[in-house]
Amino acid sequence: MKHFRSIAEAGPDAVRRLLDLADHMAEVNRRPNPKVPALRGKTVCNVFFEDSTRTRLSFETAAKRLSADTMNFSVSSSSLNKGESLRDTIETIAAMGVDAFVIRHRSTGTPWQIAQWTNASIVNAGDGWHAHPTQALLDCATIRTAFGRSDGFDGLRVAIVGDVKHSRVARSDIEAFSMLGADVTLVAPKTLLPPFTDRMPVAVTTDLDAVLSEVDVLYLLRMQTERMTEALVPDLREYTARFGLTPARVPRLADHALVMHPGPMNRGVEIAVDPAEIPGSVITQQVTNGIAVRMAVLFDLLGSGSLPEATS
Amino acid sequence: MHEYLIQGGTVIDPTGERRADVLVRDGIVAAVGEGLEPPDANVIDATGCIVAPGFVDLHTHLREPGKEEAETIETGSRAAAKGGFTCVVAMPNTDPTQDCVSVVEFVRNQGLAAGLCDVRPSGSITVGRTGTQLTPFAELAAAGVRIFTDDGSGVQDPLLMRRAFEYALDLDIVLAQHCEVARLTEGAVMHEGHCCSEFGLPGWPSIAEELMVYRDIELVRLTGAPLHILHLSTAGSVELVRRAKADGLPVTAEATPHHISLTDELLAGYSALYKVNPPLRTMSDVEAVRAGLADGTIDAIATDHAPHAPDTKERPLDQAPPGMLGLETALGVSLASLDMPIADVVAALSWNPAKIAGVDDTHGRPIAEGEPANLTVFDPNETWEVVPADLASKSKNTPYVGVQLQGRTRHTFLRGQPTVLDGAPQR
Repeated sequence: MKHFRSIAEAGPDAVRRLLDLADHMAEVNRRPNPKVPALRGKTVCNVFFEDSTRTRLSFETAAKRLSADTMNFSVSSSSLNKGESLRDTIETIAAMGVDAFVIRHRSTGTPWQIAQWTNASIVNAGDGWHAHPTQALLDCATIRTAFGRSDGFDGLRVAIVGDVKHSRVARSDIEAFSMLGADVTLVAPKTLLPPFTDRMPVAVTTDLDAVLSEVDVLYLLRMQTERMTEALVPDLREYTARFGLTPARVPRLADHALVMHPGPMNRGVEIAVDPAEIPGSVITQQVTNGIAVRMAVLFDLLGSGSLPEATS
Repeated sequence: MHEYLIQGGTVIDPTGERRADVLVRDGIVAAVGEGLEPPDANVIDATGCIVAPGFVDLHTHLREPGKEEAETIETGSRAAAKGGFTCVVAMPNTDPTQDCVSVVEFVRNQGLAAGLCDVRPSGSITVGRTGTQLTPFAELAAAGVRIFTDDGSGVQDPLLMRRAFEYALDLDIVLAQHCEVARLTEGAVMHEGHCCSEFGLPGWPSIAEELMVYRDIELVRLTGAPLHILHLSTAGSVELVRRAKADGLPVTAEATPHHISLTDELLAGYSALYKVNPPLRTMSDVEAVRAGLADGTIDAIATDHAPHAPDTKERPLDQAPPGMLGLETALGVSLASLDMPIADVVAALSWNPAKIAGVDDTHGRPIAEGEPANLTVFDPNETWEVVPADLASKSKNTPYVGVQLQGRTRHTFLRGQPTVLDGAPQR
């Protein structure tokens, strides 16, 4: 694999391979010294044109645990503010010798544009509304671990709730969950759905309460408050009443059901309960698994041969 | 002045189709007939070619003044000549805007200086294309402006548009609308459909175009002033125009080569070469636009030639400007995409737009003795592919690289002088 830019582009074989590899990386991460020399001498550059704390830290940690050198570039300290073009920025950094770019950009499609200007591998860390494939991988890894389902997700029922339209997490999760066999239902008003969903492998409903007791995984999306100004929902109180996980809804989840969220959470909006009081919450496990899947992706793109043993 | 004998071709003009040689002398067609043998003429081989009145483009962005890094009137005129055009209507979204006589005169004079095709400036409907105040229509009309448009955006205010139609009534001018309700396309990058949903790109709904097509047709019904609809792109728009024509309203319409050949699926690779306004639509829209051309609902093929400097098309998709080149590929795309008689395609490229642009006294004329020699000679069967380095346009933003086109201009004559011979610009 040269790039990892979307779940669909990677395909089912790569997704399964990466998830198996992530299991191995999780084992590395549990060691007393969670570091292997697999990518020694390789340079990974995190290029973040949009604010992100957790994803950037997660990628940086993943690269370091594989002994890669890391460079960080973020827009606030960049020359983009001086009018430098995206292409010039990428070509300049590439000239310093980079093996992989980890790209986050507010504009859809930039990982494909950037790939034309460099020979380095591209990892998509989130482009516009489009894709966030390592998030989808870590979500799949979390579900696999929680349910012991390394065989796939056949028969698993997943509800993705909230602003699917503007969500790269949702698009990548829909692709990944359905690729592994899960039945995906989107729960959102029409204003928060992509304009056309009939060719997507999903069912659609506006009635959260109708699906609540039937799902194995309840996936809550972040409700960005700026959506209020676009009149996509009347107000946040009504959003929470219809689509939020409220204290009244928690007991109606199945005992085994998982509650997931990509973060950062809007407490009191999509999640109106303390996550610690949700029995099935795996929100912190998602963050932990993020490092393992990103190690898997970087190793798959840049590594050679099998994964070496721990250095300690 | 040289004399040229265009020999062995098939003449297609508004009067029909026939085998004939055409003698060009002193800026006019001096003789038409079989077996002409003038002793001193340069013989232009037209075997297997169509000899037609030069093409007229209702929709060309020449970018001068203001964006000379993307195109100049000279380079755009050269691209036009290479595409078989002898007249282009220059869109007004320049900087400064073509909203006053001085800018319009500048554009016309630059066109005359280039001498490669007739450059007819349009005027904007509103001052600075800001949609608030009408430009001096009468003064601009007296300076030769026939087509008025705020192209690049539509006139949003329905009251202002009504006033524009009413004020235009006695001036023998045509208001041309870029139909787009801006509020419905804020941030839009590509057609709103299955593809944008999947690609995660903000959608550009068909209804944003159709609402304004409908509004303006009804304003025509109310006021009686003529309307030309620019770059119509949806099946719904085609149907609205079809009904307006059936009602006898003075409405004309154009479609671009790209809206009869390309679809929204091409955005899959996230290349801004495919970003255009209005956006590439679906295959069913493409088929409806083709059908509209075939049944005469759509009068003209117009290029919406929109050069952009390379660095602007390398921006992220949501920041890249919309538009693609058109002049040099219009014929090749049209013949490759349309299942229509060649004469009908030529009509849509020549005398139909000539009438709309009000240049039918000199362009799109019958090829007959005494007529102005604005002519194009093209091989309708030559298949070819675009080589970006060979484009005359200053910019290279064409999506047709690697696509097989059919039909290519060999020679173009403007007022009896060759602007292109054997595919090569003559100045």
